[in-house]
Amino acid sequence: MTRVHDIGGRFGDGAILPDAADADVFDYDWHAKALAVTLAVGALGQWNLDISRHSRERLSPKDYTRFSYYEKWMSALADLMVENGVVTLEELESAVSSGGSPLADKCFQPETVAPALAKGGPVDRTGPIPLFAVGQSVHTIPNAENANVQGGHTRLPAYAANRAGRIIASHGCHVFPDSNAHGFGEDPKPLYSVAFKVADLWAHPENPLDEVILDLWEPYMVALDG
Amino acid sequence: MPHDHDHPHTVLPSDPALRVKALETLLIEKGLINPATLDEIIDTYENKIGPKNGAAVVAKAWSNPAFHNALMTDATRAVSELGFYGRQGEHVTAVENTPETHNMIVCTLCSCYPWPLLGIPPAWYKSDAYRARAVREPRKVLAEFGVTLPEGQSVKVWDSTAEMRYLVIPMRPSGSEGLSEQNLTALVTRDSMVGTGLALLP
Repeated sequence: MTRVHDIGGRFGDGAILPDAADADVFDYDWHAKALAVTLAVGALGQWNLDISRHSRERLSPKDYTRFSYYEKWMSALADLMVENGVVTLEELESAVSSGGSPLADKCFQPETVAPALAKGGPVDRTGPIPLFAVGQSVHTIPNAENANVQGGHTRLPAYAANRAGRIIASHGCHVFPDSNAHGFGEDPKPLYSVAFKVADLWAHPENPLDEVILDLWEPYMVALDG
Repeated sequence: MPHDHDHPHTVLPSDPALRVKALETLLIEKGLINPATLDEIIDTYENKIGPKNGAAVVAKAWSNPAFHNALMTDATRAVSELGFYGRQGEHVTAVENTPETHNMIVCTLCSCYPWPLLGIPPAWYKSDAYRARAVREPRKVLAEFGVTLPEGQSVKVWDSTAEMRYLVIPMRPSGSEGLSEQNLTALVTRDSMVGTGLALLP
């Protein structure tokens, strides 16, 4: 069983509402602030990208569903900050600081923004030799679940679990989110682009010519003979 | 690990604008964030990094066969050489539309998007409806963007489940043969680089 964020293929969400070509980047000022605060606190270096994603996924289904996008970000950030001791629960409750933080010397400064954003955080690593070759047929594991942590982070969506696919590209080894989100280290694994025929994913495929391609780590798959 | 009922975020104000303000104020008091840094980040994504970067890549790919070849071979390197490497664009693949194949990008699990090339994703890209439906019924989704593909043109939907970020290279529109690279950029919309639109006609 997966978590509430894993919605690929779900029915019932209704129409998509495209925006105008000249729409603002942020619909509200607080959206911009939410993004900026999240990046600035992330720059303190107390967690990684995978931990951060998992904190949004761990919101209760009730909250995840009723929150707008940036509300999820703010709520997940609050949870992460308390769990990692960046602020205390009492400080959040009272909105009053109990004193300066020992992390203050890591505070993200304006002159560092451009170089830090330009530098990014590449996740390609040296690691095991890939087992699968381009063109090879594979089958994804039966459950879209973290192998080691119940309810833990994983990037195999439920709709692509237990399905036959074909390797179309090999990307070398990348940091494995299922480990990195839980303090087990980067544990790099081979990453592949895997194509699935829509007839192998959906009961009512729109057009048999179509495919869905996902980037999947090697532990999410086994080789199919033939 | 906290249970559903005691997530720390539940102590924050329910109004989202007040919630952000409360966090911001507390973090400034603790010396953990600098308001000038927030302004710099917002200015970057409102004014400096956006779809015009991706449009420059597409127009160059249309105009310059050597660059096109480099982009399709190693997009990360090709866009880096134009200065478009960075956060949420550390690993890039360009996927090219042809009369046979239309490409379209989604992130069903969250909102992965090539920031250095297209900026911050629009609300529809992050919406439940797009995330849920793009992989199951891309043609119905495209129709909601006003795009109808021929039955014989296949659709490839790329679900961004890892740190690989995708840029769609739309087909160069007919009638654009004489246009300069600079003028071509005006035909390249954000949606055409996500695959929910086509390039504009000149």
